[in-house]
Amino acid sequence: MLTLNINGQPHMLDVPAEMPLLWALRDVIGLTGTKYGCGKALCGACTVHIDGQPVRACVTPVGSVGDKPVTTIEGVGSERAGRAVQTAWRELDVVQCGYCQSGQIMAASALLSINPAPSDADIDAAMAGNICRCATYVRIRAAIHAAASALA
Amino acid sequence: MGIRERLSRLTPATGGRIVNLSRRRFLQGAGGLVLGLYFAPLSSPQSNAVAASAATGADFEPNAFVRIAADGRVTVLSKHVEMGQGSYTGLATLLAEELDADWSQVVVEGAPADAKRYANLLFGIQATGGSSAMANAWMQMREAGAAARAMLVAAAAERWQIPEVELQVEAGVIRHPASQRSAGFGELVADAARQPVPAEVRVKEPKDFRLIGKLNLRRKDSAGKTDGSARFTQDVQLPGMLVAVTARPPRFGAKVQRFDASRALAVPGVVGVVAFDASAARGANAVAVLANSTWAAWQGRDALDVSWDEAQAFRLGSDEIIARYRELAMQPGVPARQDGDAVTTIEMAARTLEAEYVFPYLAHAAMEPMNCVVRLSPQHCEIWNGEQWHTMDQATAAKMCGLTPDQVTITQLYAGGGFGRRANPTSDYVAEAVAIALAARAHGFEAPVKMVWTREDDMHAGHFRPLYLHRARLGFDGAGQLLAWEQRIVGQSILHGTAFESVMVKDGIDATSVEGAADLAYAVPALRVELHTPVDITVPVQWWRSVGHSHTAFVTETLIDEAAAVAGADPVAFRRGLLAERPRHRGVLDLVTQRAGWDTPLASAAAGERRGRGVAVHESFNTYVAQVVELTVAADGRYRIDRVVCAVDCGLAINPDVIKAQMEGGIGFALAMALHGAITLKDGVVEQSNFDSYPVLRINEMPVVEVHIVPSAEKPSGVGEPGVPPLAPALANALFAATGQRLRSLPLPAALRLA
Repeated sequence: MLTLNINGQPHMLDVPAEMPLLWALRDVIGLTGTKYGCGKALCGACTVHIDGQPVRACVTPVGSVGDKPVTTIEGVGSERAGRAVQTAWRELDVVQCGYCQSGQIMAASALLSINPAPSDADIDAAMAGNICRCATYVRIRAAIHAAASALA
Repeated sequence: MGIRERLSRLTPATGGRIVNLSRRRFLQGAGGLVLGLYFAPLSSPQSNAVAASAATGADFEPNAFVRIAADGRVTVLSKHVEMGQGSYTGLATLLAEELDADWSQVVVEGAPADAKRYANLLFGIQATGGSSAMANAWMQMREAGAAARAMLVAAAAERWQIPEVELQVEAGVIRHPASQRSAGFGELVADAARQPVPAEVRVKEPKDFRLIGKLNLRRKDSAGKTDGSARFTQDVQLPGMLVAVTARPPRFGAKVQRFDASRALAVPGVVGVVAFDASAARGANAVAVLANSTWAAWQGRDALDVSWDEAQAFRLGSDEIIARYRELAMQPGVPARQDGDAVTTIEMAARTLEAEYVFPYLAHAAMEPMNCVVRLSPQHCEIWNGEQWHTMDQATAAKMCGLTPDQVTITQLYAGGGFGRRANPTSDYVAEAVAIALAARAHGFEAPVKMVWTREDDMHAGHFRPLYLHRARLGFDGAGQLLAWEQRIVGQSILHGTAFESVMVKDGIDATSVEGAADLAYAVPALRVELHTPVDITVPVQWWRSVGHSHTAFVTETLIDEAAAVAGADPVAFRRGLLAERPRHRGVLDLVTQRAGWDTPLASAAAGERRGRGVAVHESFNTYVAQVVELTVAADGRYRIDRVVCAVDCGLAINPDVIKAQMEGGIGFALAMALHGAITLKDGVVEQSNFDSYPVLRINEMPVVEVHIVPSAEKPSGVGEPGVPPLAPALANALFAATGQRLRSLPLPAALRLA
């Protein structure tokens, strides 16, 4: 039995320590906003924050998380950067199919937490690990700038 | 005959003609089509599971497309899946416009599978595809909204005992200015439900539109897709549900010979292992592991020991397929278009140009790997799916289960991308999920089953955009003027062996193999387009965003550029000269070149770099798109795309911001194809397996994109696919402009060899 601190709530789980955090979140805890896209840290759809850092939940064994706080798309709106990113995403209608967007928003809010005024090059560097097959990239860039302005 | 006309002839089990089942009066649609409005009470509890579950007795449900609750909430039922293309927003815009609802009170819900009420008016079956959603819903949703509005107005007039003409409706409120009375829609629903359905309704003149054509409407799916609450098939959790992960055969056409489940069953969480056969629907003959979590099912699948019977397996590699196609391209094919005598003209021509083009198999690689949830009971099959192909999937599932189609209900969820993949002509992945559920039941598991493919499964399972090879010859006179064009296309038919073959393959021509080429827009004096359709290549193939146009536009738009160069003409001026009878082609070409500054030289490059600009214009799905690509080639031959300018004419623009988004996304999707896209086979085995070996576009490769919409009062046409075809040829033409090199196959090399 291990305990995870997710979005400020403790969750007790009886799962193998090597189960990826992604499947613990989705199948065991029922937080399905974090998505499976590749299983190999290639697409970023499963991005969550552990201790504020963006991490690929699909390759993170649940046993390695310990008591570090985990934030998912369901909880990121309670943080200032996350809320600003979600708002900008809605105002600019970034989403298309939407499947990758939880991961995009988690990556973008982590970026703004460490770099409050990113350039296009900073955005490309920070977001290149997050694939959007609908290619909403033009709006992702614009929305990150908009969120940065709102936070400034 | 166009694809739509042919599809509309297809008669499903429910009858191809859309019959109005109202026991009251019905609405006559534009052009004499009887609309699928269904005013009788929702009568079949099974086929209306979604609609009925959300409705309360107090709701006003004037027709199949809208339900208004006592709290004023307007629920639009979308017969088209939302897979990113904006259909939910678009259909809601049309209905809310004529209802005069406030945008904030409108929500959208997926319609159940029911071809009687929800058929695509252009296809005759319930399906989303061919960039058809807005074109087919244009009048239907508006008339549905207008009918509901008329009934609300009648209810208010009756309540206040005043003539209807004195009432005004705006933003969900009905007002009587003279007496200063007003009521929200919600207050009137009970009375409105008792009003007769109007025999005919009038829709607004475009000048009166409050929502259609406006830039400030936000998408209806944004909120849920930004807070994690949007529900995809992957997210379905049902009581007692088992997750199924399959061990798939290594080659197409292989079958399970034997398997040993003992090690898989030893994995904690694995509860069963079942063989299944969905090969009748071109799905797999394979083994599924059933477990109580996805992770456990994966572990179980990895522990399985399966031997395959490969006697019937497909074993060719891409290189061998291409070599066969190259031989075929040297032989005359079945003519798809003949204007004049192109063959003789080319033989007599003062100058000729010959070229070969190769296009690989392509995977759709939607972000949500294929999946489907099935719950069986003796008299019922329930399906949860990002459902793009309701009528066919329903019929397939019914046949497999020994049920009637109306015993199969489908809950249409958001699809995490589709690009054509979720509308499989043989229902392959839905059939796999049903086959697994049936096998599980036969083994005593009375549980809903969620079939989930891994990314690797998704990439290995086929149903690719077919591999094509084109061979083209042009003939010119002594002055370099284009006289004749001959083009041979070689590739598998998407429709061969499917239910669509009999109606959509005519005289040996699968229209989806030659669209965009056989209907070449340019007025060439002699034109001949031929097709070879090899049937001994059994790789499962399927339509892929923009279908035939994904390869034909590359050939036609780079070839016309070559012809312009031979004539010594500017690529835009040359195109315009051959488009005299094509005003909408010329319209987008003019707009894009004006906005791109075509007549102004590109800003010069840094030392050692070269810059180039290329153009392409193409019509697909009745929408016209022109794009200009600007790029920079570095000294080492690598290149970056700096800017893409796009002009689109899709008729009257319903949601301009969605149109722009679809052009932006289509450009990015096409760039992925142009720069990276290739599924290759070796000895019949797919060589790619995940995003490392099948790269798609990432943000650092996305250029600046500018989209301009041609103002138009023409009937709306689709935007989901037409942004894709022009990009790759415009890019290749820009590389030619920068380097003088012609590139004739996709994907393009990562770097050019520079002299």
